[in-house]
Amino acid sequence: MPTPSRYWREIPQRYRLEAQKCKNCGVVLFPPRLICPECKSRDFEDTKLAEKGKVLTYTIIRVPPHQFVDQAPFAVGIMELDDGVKLTGQIVDCDFEDLKIGLRVKIEFRKIFEEGGSGILCYGYKFVPDM
Amino acid sequence: MEGIVGYGAYIPRNRIKVEEIAKVWGADAPSYKKGLMLEEKSVPSPDQDTITMSVEASKSAVKRAHIDPREIGAVYVGSESHPYAVKPSGTVLAEALGATPEAHTADFEFACKAGTEGMFVALGLVKAGEIKYGLAVGADTSQGAPGDALEYSAAAGAAAFIFGRDNVVAKALKTYSYMTDTPDFWRREYQYYPQHGGRFTGDPAYFKHVMGAARGIMDKTGMKPPDFDFVIFHQPNGKFPFRVGKRLGFEEKQIEQGWLVNKLGNTYSGSSPLGLTACLDVSKAGDKILLVSYGSGAGSDAFIFEVTKKIDEVRDLAPKTRELLDENKHYLEYGEYAKFRQKIKKAN
Ligand SMILES: [Zn+2]
Repeated sequence: MPTPSRYWREIPQRYRLEAQKCKNCGVVLFPPRLICPECKSRDFEDTKLAEKGKVLTYTIIRVPPHQFVDQAPFAVGIMELDDGVKLTGQIVDCDFEDLKIGLRVKIEFRKIFEEGGSGILCYGYKFVPDM
Repeated sequence: MEGIVGYGAYIPRNRIKVEEIAKVWGADAPSYKKGLMLEEKSVPSPDQDTITMSVEASKSAVKRAHIDPREIGAVYVGSESHPYAVKPSGTVLAEALGATPEAHTADFEFACKAGTEGMFVALGLVKAGEIKYGLAVGADTSQGAPGDALEYSAAAGAAAFIFGRDNVVAKALKTYSYMTDTPDFWRREYQYYPQHGGRFTGDPAYFKHVMGAARGIMDKTGMKPPDFDFVIFHQPNGKFPFRVGKRLGFEEKQIEQGWLVNKLGNTYSGSSPLGLTACLDVSKAGDKILLVSYGSGAGSDAFIFEVTKKIDEVRDLAPKTRELLDENKHYLEYGEYAKFRQKIKKAN
């Protein structure tokens, strides 16, 4: 579980999908890094990930980590966003029989988990079918 | 003239039917359906709350307003189900939109009137010239005690409005408020479910304040019921809006487009604001809209809007309210609903 400070540091990515694009080789990094892993450049521009995409692959989690037990079973997938970036996330509001590779999805803002009964509430992106 | 530059709605996809609740409590579903004019209500998923629905409704409002979120100078969330007891909902919303750090933020509470309170203040700041744009959201994931009449109606949804001076889709012609201290409905600190005064919630509460506000704003503007194309009253059940409309001299056809409660339930702070979004979705230039909220405790905010031709450019930029209400529904059984709403006691 993240501490409040770690959760807070990740807000630009969790809430707004803020990423960076390498000015040298063009690769999009999410989350941002200090040095481009492709070309070692340190020169970036700010960008945001696309909010729509499609399911590349997925699995159904039936025995999750303890803070996700109430949500089980749930779907986790790797999505290819419309800008080509691949992103892992939960797929919700989708019956398992409708879940398939290639399904069009979009980002929605959801509660990711609660830190017990008295800790912070962690919010961020999940994917839902794009009707 | 100042008014609404963008609006958005959000309704969770889960629904539960009146029959499904009634069978658990041995209640007579047909008499509830007839008495309250309710068929089903929306239910939030476990990962949805006032904050998440506010974000989604506001993102739609930003899309329709077609503005840079950094120009939003006020972010207000009105709700009686803010997820934190201490820590604002508005900060999460502002951060999710990218409206931080130059914004005034506050969470409003006034039972079901909290949404229109935020609208009232955001519009006022725009009119005063203090801010360029102001965002106000009415959102709730309210709960009725199991078996209580409120359980059939307490629902979830959010409506968001961005106010500004230029390029408005609806001019705000007039605002008016009417309130007294009336203990018709309340929830004390640390209590999970609210209490209400039964029949006392009717005449001295809902009807007195809604009628006071509606008559007051019409008096101030010299307008009469036939002058309006749409009228939206707070919708705690299906019957009250039509009954109060009749007493005020409105016809059913003026009320129907914004009357969502039979399929949606009472979304509390989102109730009359969601009705307004449904009317904006189908309105045309020149249409006049009367909005009257109601919050127990008790008071009503009234607004008169005049739609501009700009509405034709923005309405298709985000999901329409009746699409959210009528499409992509997922029906729950009572057990799943009870789990979703954390009505089941578990071992720690
Ligand atoms: Zn690079």
